Amino acid sequence: MQQAFLALFKSMLGSLRDLLPIILVIGFFQAFVLQQPIPGFMDIITGTLFIILGLTFFIYGLEMGLFPIGESMANAFARKGSVVWILIFSFCLGFGTTVAEPALIAVADEASEVAAIGEMIENTAESKQSYADGLRLTVAFSVGLAIVIGVLRILKGWSIQYMIMGGYILVVIMTALAPKEIIGIAYDSGGVTTSTITVPLVTALGVGLASSIKGRNPMTDGFGLIAFASLTPMIFVMAYGMVI
Amino acid sequence: MELLFKIIQMIYDTSIDVLPIVSIIFGFQFLVIRRPIPNLKRVITGFVYVLVGLSLFLLGLEQALFPLGRLMADQLTNPSFIYGEAGVIPHVINWADYYWVYLFAFAIGFSTTIAEPSLIAVAIKAHEVSGGAIGVWGLRRAVALGVAVGITLGSYRIVTGLPIHYFIITGYIVVVIQTFFAPKIIVPLAYDSGGVTTSTVTVPLVAALGLGLAETVPGRNVLIDGFGLIAFASLFPIMSVMAYAQISEYIAGRSN
Repeated sequence: MQQAFLALFKSMLGSLRDLLPIILVIGFFQAFVLQQPIPGFMDIITGTLFIILGLTFFIYGLEMGLFPIGESMANAFARKGSVVWILIFSFCLGFGTTVAEPALIAVADEASEVAAIGEMIENTAESKQSYADGLRLTVAFSVGLAIVIGVLRILKGWSIQYMIMGGYILVVIMTALAPKEIIGIAYDSGGVTTSTITVPLVTALGVGLASSIKGRNPMTDGFGLIAFASLTPMIFVMAYGMVI
Repeated sequence: MELLFKIIQMIYDTSIDVLPIVSIIFGFQFLVIRRPIPNLKRVITGFVYVLVGLSLFLLGLEQALFPLGRLMADQLTNPSFIYGEAGVIPHVINWADYYWVYLFAFAIGFSTTIAEPSLIAVAIKAHEVSGGAIGVWGLRRAVALGVAVGITLGSYRIVTGLPIHYFIITGYIVVVIQTFFAPKIIVPLAYDSGGVTTSTVTVPLVAALGLGLAETVPGRNVLIDGFGLIAFASLFPIMSVMAYAQISEYIAGRSN
């Protein structure tokens, strides 16, 4: 029991170290640059404690739950040998985790505002809502597709750099064609799609697959799934902006 | 009491967000794979830890970090801070007047990335898979430096109003060139680190900074210029991680 507490205490110290840079930055700017009173000091102290505790638990759970399940599923799929099922699973994982992502919902709502002001759609609540929903589905679909392409790459052993370069070329071409109001949002949508739970799962899946397939290297073949998932939304959101 | 209620509410909200992932995983596990999960009890305990941890983390962020960060972004971009008490904005703005904003952008980009849970996860995995060749802290610092430079440059872009795609396309060209010279082992990880960094901690703070800038700099449109910082934050780590590997390789090569 005592040992468990000691271990918990040690990991909490680790989390405090992760958080220390933010505390220093905010402290410095408050004390030397802004010199304004800080509202709700007690909230900040308890909030910081929550962050430290939460990060500690998250990292515990990561190594106990998320990593092992991702890897055991990758192993099971590799042993089953059904390419179709693993691709269906990849699509569901990408689509399912993205469509409900709160950051994406926020970005889609803001994008509908931009579209209304740029007179791409009518400025009514109804048309804005349908625009935002369409955008969300588009991004979720593109992330699902990205994981499918990424997993296929691991299975076939294709090298990643030419695929990513191809993606870059597509982004550049789409940038030239898409309405300029959508470009900033499209570029941002690549970054917001990958959430805190998706990233460890998808990483474990990729590394697990690359380790269980003969001739694949977990380092050069296992990573790269997230890269696809942050590239395809840019292309698809610009396409969405062109079509609507 | 109120606090307890908030915690429960947060755990509930997070559970709803996580529900699709959990149902996909267990759905495929039971219907397609049809094999028992090894150490099922341990895995479920792990999931509960992740859920509780993430809820507390988000609650803490909303209570402490986000209000403070937004307030600071607001204060730093306020004309009365930049141009003195009178707050008169000159007709031709000088980008150099915003030096505190750039410094804040750099510092907050670096520090929030160090605390980003998904980056910690990827760094742990990369360390494990590479057999220790890639250090957890080395990777995290390299990524954080990339985000810091990216957000600083992104802030400069909002102040000057230059088109975003010039920067992004130039960045792509640099990435492509680096890809040919960087050690093969790092390339996929470097590409990944772009998407990983912009997550729970970084996005809300960086978005607040972008919107604050776009609102106060004359001639900028909030809806158009306020976006784009995340794109910078996810492009520059690709370069910094490859550079980190190149420099490590160079140093190792020289000492041999």
